[in-house]
Amino acid sequence: MLTILFDGIAYGMLLFILAVGLSVTMGLMNFINLAHGAFAMLGGYLTVALMQHQGLPFLACLPIAFGVTALVGAVLERTLYRPMYKKPHLDQVLFSIGLTFMAVAATDYFMGSQQQIIQLPEWLLGRTEWFDGALGMGHYRLFIIAICAALTVGLQFVLSRTRFGSRLRASVDDPRVAASLGINVNLVFAATFAVGSGLAGLGGALGAEVLGLDPSFPLKFLVYFLIVVAVGGTSSITGPLLAALLLGIADVAGKYYIPKLGGFIVYTLMIAILIWRPHGLFSRLGGGK
Amino acid sequence: MTASNPLAAQARWRPWEPVLWLAALATPWLFKEHALIINEVAIVALFAVSLDLILGYTGIVSLGHAAFLGFGAYSAALFAKHVMPDPLVGLLVGTVAGTLLGALFSLTILRGTDLTRIMVTLGLTLILFELANKLDWLTGGADGLQGVTIGPLLGRFEFDLYGQVAAWYSLVVLLLCFVLARRLVHSPFGATLKAVRDNRLRAMAIGIPVLSRLSVVYTLAAGMAGAAGALLAQTTGFASLDVFSIERSADVVMMLVIGGVGWLYGGVAGAVVFKLLHDVVAGITPQYWNFWVGLFLVVLVLVGRERLLKPWTWFSRKGAA
Repeated sequence: MLTILFDGIAYGMLLFILAVGLSVTMGLMNFINLAHGAFAMLGGYLTVALMQHQGLPFLACLPIAFGVTALVGAVLERTLYRPMYKKPHLDQVLFSIGLTFMAVAATDYFMGSQQQIIQLPEWLLGRTEWFDGALGMGHYRLFIIAICAALTVGLQFVLSRTRFGSRLRASVDDPRVAASLGINVNLVFAATFAVGSGLAGLGGALGAEVLGLDPSFPLKFLVYFLIVVAVGGTSSITGPLLAALLLGIADVAGKYYIPKLGGFIVYTLMIAILIWRPHGLFSRLGGGK
Repeated sequence: MTASNPLAAQARWRPWEPVLWLAALATPWLFKEHALIINEVAIVALFAVSLDLILGYTGIVSLGHAAFLGFGAYSAALFAKHVMPDPLVGLLVGTVAGTLLGALFSLTILRGTDLTRIMVTLGLTLILFELANKLDWLTGGADGLQGVTIGPLLGRFEFDLYGQVAAWYSLVVLLLCFVLARRLVHSPFGATLKAVRDNRLRAMAIGIPVLSRLSVVYTLAAGMAGAAGALLAQTTGFASLDVFSIERSADVVMMLVIGGVGWLYGGVAGAVVFKLLHDVVAGITPQYWNFWVGLFLVVLVLVGRERLLKPWTWFSRKGAA
């Protein structure tokens, strides 16, 4: 019971790190970016490649995964994404799903279609049991929770306490007024997009062991990212966090107790929530239209 | 005469349209060896036309239209297997099944933003996928529903191995549905749909019952997609999980975009181009077909999709199209 809760939280935290960038992008520029998973996959594959071919330790790979993905995100934002902001949603969906298809096929071409395996360091492999085995905690999952919790606190701090955070929030609330107050909305957005992509890359690197890593990764987890964003709403980071935790726990518990139903519970839950509150569970807009 | 003249003029059949359809009906006879492909094209064209009703004419962005295709396919296949093998009755069953499901699902697309609709339509399709996967005593699970035998059409024409009968069957159903859809979008009802698409608030203000229009057109489109599914199951004698996949829904959106959204022939043209391209490219690089599709989509959106099939607008002023 407790073990499931624990695994669910670890899974949810991971989903949150993966999806938080997407939530900010959608909230800030009203841009539906279905290619977000591709950034996560990039992070994961970078880690695998660096560890296998360069022999770098796992911990050293994580910041690299973050940095490189953020850089790629910034470049793509500047070149490809920016003309898309003003286009209708259908165009955005087509564009980003096209990017995803390309990423999937390119990965397949360069890395092969098999599952990639990450060799974790010794100290992350064990498992601690408490309460006579009622609560079994894998060390790696503890590690994930610790990192993700630290990141969440950090993000929350940046958003609520720093000048950049207040600029970002102003841009989310009303880009036009923010721009007229002298905030460089484009720059704020580029930076946010880069950090969001970087976080996705980091999440992909961390999650490679838990979620599995193969070329279909962006499509397989796309639905989960979108659930987090759609259910959590795009106006804060607590919304997506709670949504991610809910999703993680529901998914792990559902798969453990009623394996026959598979992803059924999660999807049903999502649809029920979205019909009930179309703007997300924790949105400030509330349930109305 | 009256103010309705321009609208009536739009609705009139152009001289090239009957010619086009006659040519289409002649293709299974002219290209006997490609009848299977023609059959497939006709089915996906029907599917694309049904999506055009909701995406192009009403502006509902859906990533889950395959739900109705799949539901129609499984209904028709199960009906043929357990009740009776007559194809026309089976087609009716598939259509009705799609319509009912559409009526039910239409409740879910009335509220919320584009994102919510994308998620809900996607989620519902995933649920059906899981259902078809897990109810293996009924649907055969991941192996697909096998052993479906379809009786002769009208009690007379057996479905042959080369697919000529199947191609004609699908083409005729496509033509009937197309005429229906054409009539629909040029009717006053169709005009209100376009009003809802262009400005929902204003449409509501001039007294159009927006919600009921949305659910009616969604239901109709679902019925048509169900018919396409039934055709698919009957002409292949098989129904598999693949009919519910995300790729199906994405492909059909893509076809529509290639041909042109909000134009009924767009769906047909897109289906033809897409299937032929698929055949050619997949022949060269079967594994990396998706890469080229993706590249195509990205370029398409960057260039501007409404100008793709209108080369004369490529060099004109921006915004003229």
